[in-house]
Amino acid sequence: MPNLLAPNPMTGARLARWSGVAGSTLATLTAFAGTVLAATAEHAADHGGEHAGGLPQLNPASFPTQIFWLALTFAVLYYLMSKKALPRVAEVLEERQERISRDLAKAAALRDEAEAVMASVDKSVADARSQAQALVAQVAAEIEANNQARQSQLSADLAERLRQAEARIATAKDEALANVRAAATDIAQDIASKLAGVDADAGKVEAAVAAVIEERR
Amino acid sequence: MDPLHQFQINPILQIVIGGYDLSFTNSALFMVIVVAAIYFLLVNGMKGRALVPGRLQSAAEMFYEFVANLVRDNAGHDARPYFPFVFSIFMFVLFGNMIGMIPYTFTFTSHIIVTFTLALTVFVFVTVLALIKHGMHFFSFFLPHGAPLWLAPILIPIEVISYVMRPVSLSIRLFANMMAGHTMLKVFAGFTVLMIGGLGGIGILPGLVPVLLNVALTGFEFLVAFLQAYVFTILTCLYIRDALELH
Repeated sequence: MPNLLAPNPMTGARLARWSGVAGSTLATLTAFAGTVLAATAEHAADHGGEHAGGLPQLNPASFPTQIFWLALTFAVLYYLMSKKALPRVAEVLEERQERISRDLAKAAALRDEAEAVMASVDKSVADARSQAQALVAQVAAEIEANNQARQSQLSADLAERLRQAEARIATAKDEALANVRAAATDIAQDIASKLAGVDADAGKVEAAVAAVIEERR
Repeated sequence: MDPLHQFQINPILQIVIGGYDLSFTNSALFMVIVVAAIYFLLVNGMKGRALVPGRLQSAAEMFYEFVANLVRDNAGHDARPYFPFVFSIFMFVLFGNMIGMIPYTFTFTSHIIVTFTLALTVFVFVTVLALIKHGMHFFSFFLPHGAPLWLAPILIPIEVISYVMRPVSLSIRLFANMMAGHTMLKVFAGFTVLMIGGLGGIGILPGLVPVLLNVALTGFEFLVAFLQAYVFTILTCLYIRDALELH
């Protein structure tokens, strides 16, 4: 509990000493002023001689009653405080403290629980994400493999067709060449027989034509 | 007009037992009122036992915690069993001082015999406590630890006198402060009455000066009323610590 007067033994003692000196000085001064005033007042107005002068505090006749009633009332106060009032206050304060710490503990437990739930949520989100990523990767790999397979298939196909076409072209060329050779041999034989009247030997003509074709190629 | 008239003890009910005058006086009346007020505040205030305290309960709890902190900080944790005693002292003196601030009431703490009896109670309590706790070892309290032995003839009388003077200083401090403050208020009020009485109508204007001073002094008196109760209590706590620890 914050309080202005710091409950520090040193300050307390100093405060006590200071206020004691100040109080005594003040008391002397005012008592003096008071007696002077009282004297003048008594002198001026008839006071009926109610007190025999001086401080009522120093009249021993009043001491027994004050001590008696002080002892009685203070004893009653101490009894009431120690047996009734203070235990009740302590009880209420303790109850409140207990309630507060119980509520704090409850709040802490709830917070822990919430944190656990949060962690599990985080974990499942992460799991789902990694699962999704794996799935995406798998699909991508499948597509890639598929593509590759089709690509190789296609290129193999193309190569096959190219090869067939080339073969066809080669046979056609060979055929054509053979036809050309036969035609050229015939034509050469005809030319030789018609122009020179020489009946050229078929084998020789064929060899000559073949040689010319070889030469031109 | 007499500024000391307010300290007059007036019997309300004459009681004489065994030759002693134990009359129920205005002083006794206010002691009873103070005890009743404290009891009402604490018991009635805590009646609700509310978790969130109301006004009266807050005040009761505030007093409780204030004194509890005072005892804990100044007398130590071992002083816990004496908390009700310190609390009773604080409340009795505080309420006694405060009730005196109401006009036409009687301030029983302005009587040396009352404060001295209270201080003597504290003194006897603390001394008996020290004797019970430490037995004969208690008397080592009068020779400060580590002081050379040849100083003992000087130190021991000084320590004994300062110890025995405790109730005197404790009681005079409280009584003097309370009496001085209350007398001063009355003296200043008396000046106003004198001025108006002496100077007639013109006296009203200068007569206002002591009135204004009295307003300031009344505020100051509230501070003193609290402070003296606080000082009385804190010294009681320190004495209890001395008794428990014998430094």
